Amino acid sequence: MTAVVETPAQRQMDLLRFATAGSVDDGKSTLIGRLLYDSKAIFEDQLEAVEATSRSRGDEYTNLALLTDGLRAEREQGITIDVAYRYFATPRRKFIIADTPGHIQYTRNMVTGASTADLALILVDARKGLVEQSRRHAFLCSLLRVPHLVLCVNKMDLVDYSQEVFDRIADEFTSFAAKLEAPDLTVIPISALHGDNLVSRSENMPWYEGPSLLHHLEHVHIASDRNLVDVRFPVQYVIRPQSTTVADYRGYAGQVASGIMKPGDEVMVLPSGFTTKITNIETADGELQEAYPPMSVTIRLADEIDIARGDLICRPNNAPAVAQDIEAMICWMDETRPLTVGAKYSIKHTTRSARAVVRGLQYRLDVNTLHRDDSATSLALNEIGRVKLRTTVPLLADEYRRNRTTGGFIIIDESSNRTVGAGMIIEAG
Amino acid sequence: MSRAPYRVSHLDALEAESLFIMREVVAEFERPVLLFSGGKDSIVMLRLAEKAFAPGRIPFPVMHVDTGHNFPEVLAYRDRRVSELNVQLIVASVQEAIDSGLVRESGDGMRNRIQTPVLLDAVEKYRFDALFGGARRDEEKARAKERVFSFRDDFGQWDPRNQRPELWALYNARIAPGESIRVFPLSNWTELDVWHYIAREGIDLPDIYYAHDREVVDRNGMLYAINEYLPLKSGEQPFVERVRYRTVGDASCTAAVRSDADTIDKVIDEVAATRITERGATRGDDKVSEAAMEDRKREGYF
Repeated sequence: MTAVVETPAQRQMDLLRFATAGSVDDGKSTLIGRLLYDSKAIFEDQLEAVEATSRSRGDEYTNLALLTDGLRAEREQGITIDVAYRYFATPRRKFIIADTPGHIQYTRNMVTGASTADLALILVDARKGLVEQSRRHAFLCSLLRVPHLVLCVNKMDLVDYSQEVFDRIADEFTSFAAKLEAPDLTVIPISALHGDNLVSRSENMPWYEGPSLLHHLEHVHIASDRNLVDVRFPVQYVIRPQSTTVADYRGYAGQVASGIMKPGDEVMVLPSGFTTKITNIETADGELQEAYPPMSVTIRLADEIDIARGDLICRPNNAPAVAQDIEAMICWMDETRPLTVGAKYSIKHTTRSARAVVRGLQYRLDVNTLHRDDSATSLALNEIGRVKLRTTVPLLADEYRRNRTTGGFIIIDESSNRTVGAGMIIEAG
Repeated sequence: MSRAPYRVSHLDALEAESLFIMREVVAEFERPVLLFSGGKDSIVMLRLAEKAFAPGRIPFPVMHVDTGHNFPEVLAYRDRRVSELNVQLIVASVQEAIDSGLVRESGDGMRNRIQTPVLLDAVEKYRFDALFGGARRDEEKARAKERVFSFRDDFGQWDPRNQRPELWALYNARIAPGESIRVFPLSNWTELDVWHYIAREGIDLPDIYYAHDREVVDRNGMLYAINEYLPLKSGEQPFVERVRYRTVGDASCTAAVRSDADTIDKVIDEVAATRITERGATRGDDKVSEAAMEDRKREGYF
């Protein structure tokens, strides 16, 4: 075992991943720039360079978007084209921001950013209220099952910090979000430019009694977002050292997807269905008395059974479906060719790979109106639809709404090897 | 609220993710290799590889693209670690590549740029299909958009506008012959995370990461150690200064920073404080602005 040296800065820190969506117009980049700046994650000299560039462009105020648009092409063209990851920390939490562009042509980027997010931040301009884009972002967050949603009503300074304006937008969004089964929703009035309600509560809006944005990000309760009920352990790699010191060692390495595992637990291995017991849960630092998500551990079992990568360890009375017929919502990500009925693809689901044929497209969803078009025959780039698949080998799958790890998969084009789609399982039977 | 049960600290979460990435590579590729520079990030990566496959050995070789301009402490450290871990060490030598005519030495004597063809040559020779690198997304803006599994074509090139979407922890490992993937297990770590982890794991580093007295010269505000690869220019006056290295690379282009941080805790305080004092802008003192300049240099400022 190694000595644990804790400095004050790390003692109480956990990790929160959040996604932001929007365009420069919403003030999203200004907001992110502020969070990074106020948490000391950017350097003064970087800021000065941005100020100089802004001045030379004739911007009225410092364009913090220049801090976040990383690719040369993006800075030159003034657009965000890809997901960018940013990092900052406060004494309570380390934050990973997946910063995604907001326009409909970048739906795939937003889906990518939301796939790993604990929380999503949606911005609206207080002068404009909810627009088509805000609804689309909220829908995508609910589709990806992001557990926490924060609506920031930005540019409150431009509506005289009016409570009435804020309440109207908050009410409209809340009733819309209810239709989406949106999870935990928080609405915060802010001015990213002036810093109102970002780090501390603003004196300009005494009528607002909720937390500042940073306070909310630091305190929102995420520990129970994990599924600690259904034991799911996709076997990633079999550790079998060819060495005399640990001659008969056989351990199953992987990351706990959900549930709590303990030595002595009776477990079932899928797809074989054999049952056995956990004898040890190990890491390089020693044995553990329990393992839970997102820990990477090595499981050892009482019986020698044939287990390979792609198999899954669960409990005998709580198992995922072992299924070759899958119904899923699919977001298509390929600009070269659409998804079509009858096409064959490769898919990766947990640590398991399979081939799949598209059996049917039930409908294509308009991501702005949520209208279902059941006459659709294909899904083009950024389109989302409900699809039936048949796989060559069974998947060990749960509904995505119950389990984001055993319910999600990617689709890979077998000729280009590119990732062309993301799937969220609705039904596996 | 009571103490949260089943809590996972940010370092534990980062470690778990990195172990998952490394195991995924070994499961899906035929010939992975870990790029080891002697820098703290590659040292941490080696530690993660050790933990990912314990009690087994690390199931891939370690490759050092050797510019020939080394700090002796770093070479000694490298050789000791590979022998402790019982892994195969491959040295891709820039000097040999110069001698054989594969690359030509640049006028300024710096060998940073000519490392790339030497690396690609070794990838081809050993037919590596996955290369672990220690780069982090917080290091620079373009890196902020790079994938954990970063696809390279058969010329070893990265096309930032044509990257594969990367969702959940489902990494696409499919490639055609001749193509490869650069894998960055430390993508989500920051410099401070790396130092906290070094402290927590009790990882020992080459001494040059900690404050020591060294004979240096000042070149445009950067402190360079005088050694056989970095001769004095006319008019330069070497002097002894208390310094440490914040990054460690080629000895001819890596500068030291003034520092009194001779223990891990002091280094952590310094790294954290550097960022804070950086905000002090123009009145930042020498100590701090030099560290910052090194950072900027790493970020390609000039």
